Amino acid sequence: MRHDAPPALCPTLPLRFPPPLGGTAGTSFKPAHLPAILAEPPRRGFFEVHAENYMGAGGPPHRQLEAIRKDHPLSIHGVCMSIGGPQPLDRDHLARFRNLVARYQPSLVSEHLAWSTHDTTYFNDLLPLPYTAATLARVCDHIDQVQSAIRRPILLENPSTYVAFRDSTMSETDFLRAIVSRTGCGLLLDVNNVFVSAVNHGFSPQRYLADVPLAAVGEIHLAGHSVQTDDDGAPLLIDSHDGPVADDVWALYAGLIAQHGPVPTLIEWDGNIPDWPVLQAEAAAAQAILDRHAKAPAPEIRHAAA
Amino acid sequence: MRQPEPSADYAAQFAAALLTPERAAPAAVIGPRGNAAARRFNVYRNNVTVSLIESLIAIYPAVQRITGPDFFRAMARAHVRETPPNSPLLFDYGRDFPAFIAAYEHAQAMPFLPDVARLERAWLDAYHAADAAPLDAAALAAVPPERLAELRFAAHPATRIIRSNYAAVTIFSANRSDAPVARIDGSVAEDALITRPADDVVVRRLPPGGADFASRLIAGQPLGAAAGAAFGTAPDFDLATNIAGLIEAGAFTDIRFEDA
Ligand SMILES: [Fe+2]
Repeated sequence: MRHDAPPALCPTLPLRFPPPLGGTAGTSFKPAHLPAILAEPPRRGFFEVHAENYMGAGGPPHRQLEAIRKDHPLSIHGVCMSIGGPQPLDRDHLARFRNLVARYQPSLVSEHLAWSTHDTTYFNDLLPLPYTAATLARVCDHIDQVQSAIRRPILLENPSTYVAFRDSTMSETDFLRAIVSRTGCGLLLDVNNVFVSAVNHGFSPQRYLADVPLAAVGEIHLAGHSVQTDDDGAPLLIDSHDGPVADDVWALYAGLIAQHGPVPTLIEWDGNIPDWPVLQAEAAAAQAILDRHAKAPAPEIRHAAA
Repeated sequence: MRQPEPSADYAAQFAAALLTPERAAPAAVIGPRGNAAARRFNVYRNNVTVSLIESLIAIYPAVQRITGPDFFRAMARAHVRETPPNSPLLFDYGRDFPAFIAAYEHAQAMPFLPDVARLERAWLDAYHAADAAPLDAAALAAVPPERLAELRFAAHPATRIIRSNYAAVTIFSANRSDAPVARIDGSVAEDALITRPADDVVVRRLPPGGADFASRLIAGQPLGAAAGAAFGTAPDFDLATNIAGLIEAGAFTDIRFEDA
């Protein structure tokens, strides 16, 4: 019966190797922007999508992603693998993730240091975990499973958090460094998340950036946050992704790029989505910082013609 | 599987409190310097509940337009707490929402609402269904007339039939856009064909007997048997119009003679 036919895994596009990103800025891809994106000549930069939105069998989402991937490098960002949860990874979800990566050949693949599923309930949020030897071992097991399924390393994103755990025994940066050295994964450093967590937990974001293993960072996220207050009336920042990047976050980012050099940088914007030129302008601002610190272009090396 | 160590219950503690507002924040959770973190934990509660309500709004925009946003959010919040998603694919969420609406005390004055919700759920299923080329009308023309009765059809993966005792198709269509809605006689029974031959989801009102006929063809029954059953339920059933309408809408991908 045709209902049971598996989704076509073989790409309909001549996708070859994922293009390298270099020091470019990109944006979240929102389908509402597709006509505006396609109306322009292909631009420098990349697009990032949430993996789960493209896990349907067929339909317009795949046409849209094919149109984007044809002319632009792509980053596939998983949001619900639940790598930080105590239970085993969902094998069906892992298979879907592997198929998506195989189909679209993204330049970057990332997931979160967080959990979102418990028992069979999916909570649709990036929930925090304590940092202990036991959670470290399990997170590393889960990352090993993902990396062996997709046959390439992932970038793991640092979370934004609102609470801490009594029984945490490690700092987040020590936890991330241990993950990188045990699994060989890279990091997706979300500078807004660093700032949000720093304000929420009262640590220095500069100190965090000094402690994080920068050599492992393969992508940076920038996003907007909003402000509430906590139980003691202190400011509590919410990682809302619904507005422009805050000035404090731009300043941290500029300092980081000046010190470390260019890293592919993504503007995340998921709520109150603006018109395409507004999002593009945020990416252009990041690109200007990246270009300021780009190394002088290396002399062009001609590779043997394929 | 590893034995759960003491700290492994962080997820269980969180999970128990996330969708239950009357429960206290988990004991393991703290703010800076070990302070209380009830408001901080509520950020997670709010993220979970609001994002799931918004996923139902995205799936059921016509239901929301009919009920108004405040009514919808209250109804959706109750559903989210009772039946949270069991898959990370949110476009699969909300399958139990039409039945929830049917039983929801405050929605009893809108008896058509569960059927409008079923249509919206079917629309999204058709949107994400596997792609397939629809049947070419010429293929049917090539079938010798004496063999038509034994002909069977393969349904397009996007094809669904929704039957309603109310004017669900008219109400659905009028409320899937922002255009003003004229007065609708909701008591006229309407059945729908939903499919997606290319990129656009097609929702069509079926003629008398059409839902019975199409459902039997989709289930793999031969054309003769399906037509006979349709004549039984609707004496004015028009075979030629129905079969042409289904093929033209893109409901099928293939024809065959042997039993599946
Ligand atoms: Fe991020």
